[in-house]
Amino acid sequence: MEVTTSGVAIEATALHKAFTTRQVLLGVDVAIAPGEFVAIVGQSGCGKSTLLRLMAGLDTPNSGVVALAGEPPRPGSPLVRMMFQDARLLPWRRVIDNVGLGLPVGRKADAGSALAEVGLAERGGDWPSILSGGQRQRVALARALASRPRALLLDEPLGALDALTRLEMQGLIERVWQEHGFTAVLVTHDVEEAVALADRIIVLSSGQVALDLRVDLPRPRDHAARRFTELKATVLDEVLGTRHEWGTRMHALAPAPADIADERLVRTA
Amino acid sequence: MTTANLKQNALRQAAPWLVPALIVVVWQALSMAGIVAARVLPAPTEVARAGWELLAAGTLIMDVAISARRALLGFAIGGGIGFVLGLVNGFFPWGARLLDSSVQMGRNIPHLALIPLVILWFGIGETARLFLVAIGVAFPIYINTYHGVRSVDAGLIEMSTTYGLTTWQLFRQVILPGALPSILVGVRYALGIMWLTLIVAESIAATSGIGYVTMNAREFLQTDVLVLGILLYALLGKLADVAARGLERQLLAWHPSYARA
Repeated sequence: MEVTTSGVAIEATALHKAFTTRQVLLGVDVAIAPGEFVAIVGQSGCGKSTLLRLMAGLDTPNSGVVALAGEPPRPGSPLVRMMFQDARLLPWRRVIDNVGLGLPVGRKADAGSALAEVGLAERGGDWPSILSGGQRQRVALARALASRPRALLLDEPLGALDALTRLEMQGLIERVWQEHGFTAVLVTHDVEEAVALADRIIVLSSGQVALDLRVDLPRPRDHAARRFTELKATVLDEVLGTRHEWGTRMHALAPAPADIADERLVRTA
Repeated sequence: MTTANLKQNALRQAAPWLVPALIVVVWQALSMAGIVAARVLPAPTEVARAGWELLAAGTLIMDVAISARRALLGFAIGGGIGFVLGLVNGFFPWGARLLDSSVQMGRNIPHLALIPLVILWFGIGETARLFLVAIGVAFPIYINTYHGVRSVDAGLIEMSTTYGLTTWQLFRQVILPGALPSILVGVRYALGIMWLTLIVAESIAATSGIGYVTMNAREFLQTDVLVLGILLYALLGKLADVAARGLERQLLAWHPSYARA
């Protein structure tokens, strides 16, 4: 299902990253092809968000190299846009102006079309405070799309949403990825989400790549398909470090909210 | 239905004035009954008459105008200094390291304690009064601006850098609006200090202004003018507060707690 891609290649080589005394990444090598959708999963504190932040240029590695289209990443580069777990909309700007954030003056019209793409065309004049959590993430997605990025980095953007909104957003992300053809890197703790969206799933464990698995399922994916559940079980076993008969650990899918908070602490430490 | 609504609305509008009105009525009644001597507290009607006389003579308007001018000028100078210092120290860590502890020391000096020194420096002229108002106003504005800038959501700042905002855009579109609720709290607080300082300064050394009028009235035992002056302070204070609230509603329309219901 190869689309004509506008995406960029992302390469991470021998990445090491430590925060004060805590080693987070211990020699991570990841190569992402242009236009590929890669999910990075792992337990809290495994370094998956750190890896993403290194790709965005928000942190610098202690050693190793990150290259985006052959260049070191630079925060603010129009090549890359990032979505965070919280929408991070500016509360004092109306929705449409949030979407147009950082757009050059001549391209403000792109904000309107990006907002239409996420199905919120008529909410442009509202303040962000009156939107629901799902709508805010839609606006954040529109903001990311407005500048036509060639890579989209997603840091658990659906983690705080309810199950139904999350499914809806997954569909939306898959659709815009197929339409735009950018490279997508999704950090998530939700294994099912990873299997539903990604071409490839990378499991990080103790700061290293523990599994690099291709997801060979046709899109849109049937969550009930046998192969889907098999893949989910494989990934989950790797994440949890267990080797069970597949299907026995399904109940452990959703992490407690405390884990999420825990990981944020680690990141900012 | 609509008339009931109108009535309810009118009642709501009038509610804040019920207590002041009640006080005036009780006060008038006590004066008329002779329970409160006119020498101690003149009746509201007497105060109104004194006000009318001063108004007719044209001096009242002039004194209020002079005081208001001093207040606003002092506020602009002191508030401007506090605002700029707060922004610089909030935005640049080295600024805070260099200046914040000095400002904190200065803040804890009661500025009215400087009056003798200020008189020595500037004499009893206009400069001394403006200086005192500016000093009094600068600190609350500084503290709230500094705090406002520092407490802007770090996530928003990080997001803005990933969207390629320049430093100026970051300041103009993220930091300043994010700090604004706190800055406006500082403004309201500073407005109170502004009047307080000015009145003290005017009662010590001035030949015009409301503070001077009340001091003068005390010399001549004109309790009605004295009370009139005090009521004027209340009115001017209320006016400043209304202006500050208007500013909040205007500038913080996005904020759920300031948006008009």
